[in-house]
Amino acid sequence: MAQITLSKLAHSYAANPNAESDYALKEMDHVWQDGGAYALLGSSGCGKTTLLNIISGLVRPSHGRVLFGDLDVTDQETAARNIAQVFQFPVVYDTMTVRENLSFPLRNRGMDAAYIAGRVNQIAQMIGMEDILNRKARGLTADAKQKISLGRGMVREDVNAILFDEPLTVIDPHMKWELRTQLKQLHRQFGHTMIYVTHDQTEALTFADKVVVMYDGRVVQMGTPEELFETPAHTFVGYFIGSPGMNLLDATVSGTIAHLQGAEIALGAGYGPLKGRTQIGIRPEYCSLTDGAGLPITIRRVEDVGRHRIVRADLFGQPFNIIAAEGAGISPEMTRVAFAPGKISVYADDWRVAGGAV
Amino acid sequence: MTLELKSVSRSVQGRAHIRPTDLMLERGTMNVLLGPTLSGKTSLMRLMAGLDVPTTGQILWNGTDVTGQRVQDRKVAMVYQQFINYPAMSVYDNIASPLRLMGKSKAEIDRAVRETAELLKLTPMLARKPLELSGGQQQRCALARALVKGAGLVLLDEPLANLDYKLREELRVEIPRIFEASGAIFVYATTEPEEALLLGGNTATLWEGRVTQFGPTPKVYRLPADATTARVFSDPPMNFVPVVKSGHRLDFGGLAKAPAEGAHAALPDGRYLAGFRANHVTLDKHSGDAVELPCTVAVTEITGSESFLHLRHGAEKWVGLVHGVQDLAPGTAVNVYLNPTRIYLFDADGALVAPASYALAA
Repeated sequence: MAQITLSKLAHSYAANPNAESDYALKEMDHVWQDGGAYALLGSSGCGKTTLLNIISGLVRPSHGRVLFGDLDVTDQETAARNIAQVFQFPVVYDTMTVRENLSFPLRNRGMDAAYIAGRVNQIAQMIGMEDILNRKARGLTADAKQKISLGRGMVREDVNAILFDEPLTVIDPHMKWELRTQLKQLHRQFGHTMIYVTHDQTEALTFADKVVVMYDGRVVQMGTPEELFETPAHTFVGYFIGSPGMNLLDATVSGTIAHLQGAEIALGAGYGPLKGRTQIGIRPEYCSLTDGAGLPITIRRVEDVGRHRIVRADLFGQPFNIIAAEGAGISPEMTRVAFAPGKISVYADDWRVAGGAV
Repeated sequence: MTLELKSVSRSVQGRAHIRPTDLMLERGTMNVLLGPTLSGKTSLMRLMAGLDVPTTGQILWNGTDVTGQRVQDRKVAMVYQQFINYPAMSVYDNIASPLRLMGKSKAEIDRAVRETAELLKLTPMLARKPLELSGGQQQRCALARALVKGAGLVLLDEPLANLDYKLREELRVEIPRIFEASGAIFVYATTEPEEALLLGGNTATLWEGRVTQFGPTPKVYRLPADATTARVFSDPPMNFVPVVKSGHRLDFGGLAKAPAEGAHAALPDGRYLAGFRANHVTLDKHSGDAVELPCTVAVTEITGSESFLHLRHGAEKWVGLVHGVQDLAPGTAVNVYLNPTRIYLFDADGALVAPASYALAA
């Protein structure tokens, strides 16, 4: 197992990159801790797969270095990097039994038979397949095959890292729960460094200790799920995390007050002069409908999502979402929205500005 | 306009894909088919479209039997999970293609294409080729082609499954708006309970080729007719535990007791299956009669604003969705609480015998 260092790493698929837009991956410096569970989260084309391919050795970065521990692996091929990979679709040998599939990476490396038997049983138990170890993989469901792929990814104890590329895409929602829980337990138990690529915020947030949010070839924030939710460093994080994402409103900020179309909103923190486009952001979870205090809104629609309701509204002509609890009354008199104190973020040209003491 | 299925079933080589199904879909309604992979959603849609012929039963369109009629002769449009467009044609020509086949005039086609493109926010992309578009825009193009025909029946088979999470969220909000503008009968297949709830309308839950329940979406969600429907329509899956009811009491396998009131109290004493959803589990004792359930934490997942607790209660595996960041280590003993008005009771066959009383008020 190893700490992974990305040093002045950047990548361009163009032969002679000069403009910033030529880079699929803009320069970054990161150290990922040994034994950490990381998720790379972002939409298609954000660079997350490029970054994963650089770490696995499928792509050689055009700039910078990749280190596993103290060893520079930038020019090493995938096979030499001692990593395990799990892909979007199951990769299993149909003619082999489940046991043979799971033990394959160990047999390949000439491990001792007694060790292999013990280790395979341990993994089989974790993925709930000890009863069908002697069955051929052919004829198993896609879910079961993907479980085998996951199990085989975890079977070697000595790998530097395990890389997952959207591993639960083909899995049913209910099975996703089960597999995600198992992955998490496997991580706790074996302490591998894990890197998990996904566009699904729930998967990323629930799997990882640290989520790396990527946007336009850049890491815009690396933080715990709580940090991404409470203090998004970039408007993209605010929008991307949460369902619906953060409400973002153009406003002017002076001191502790945001001015929004003549209305004043107390920010709970003080701000110096800001440059560029200034916005305030507040999550729908921290907004509540009231019949008294707050800013005037027009409700367009209320969606019942079961465990809560999403109120779709307009605030000064801009779309605005509010999350209301299941069973909370919504009456026609509720024409105002109030913000929870201390939950407003301020952004200048999309980047969060930390507020000072009031 | 109506689409009616009368005891429609389909078997292939002796295996039942769709068990005898009765359904009545009305004009201007959104109808969600909700169920896991292989539960029969696509099979049922293919029968509705006329792509497959039922083994038994009849399909009626406005009361007329269309059971054997070919798909080409029906007014049906279908959108699949994969984005299917003609790669060599522009977006404009893609949308126009079904109208050209119908032999419409140039002026009619132009008006319909521009209207539909506007509805699907494709106007700026009309001159482009599908592969120059993002996944979301490609699927919008496929949706536009399905809508432009003015088909009476529009079938959408997991149309957002291949899209990024956020694009899915955007289109989900738009689909009801698009659908309201069309007035057709919409049928929408999904594996995700939250998608069904966001789309609203009616939902048919499917399990192993059988429609387990059909009705207004929030009603099926809150008053599932049986344990299977409750499981299909909960994400995370509904939590279950066998209980013994005696008088005004529910006994959770000796580990906990709950008061039985109202419909629960009226049931004959005996064994039942109790069910409750993850979001009704709390860590704080919110009221005097809250049921205290001793559990052990298996794993905690934190989403930033909420935490999923994977719990063991005796032999039962449960999931609780609680507010805030609760970083409980595996193996931690924890008491969770449940409001007794959130408990559903099912009989030995899984039929709902007493609903959670909050659901009647909701």
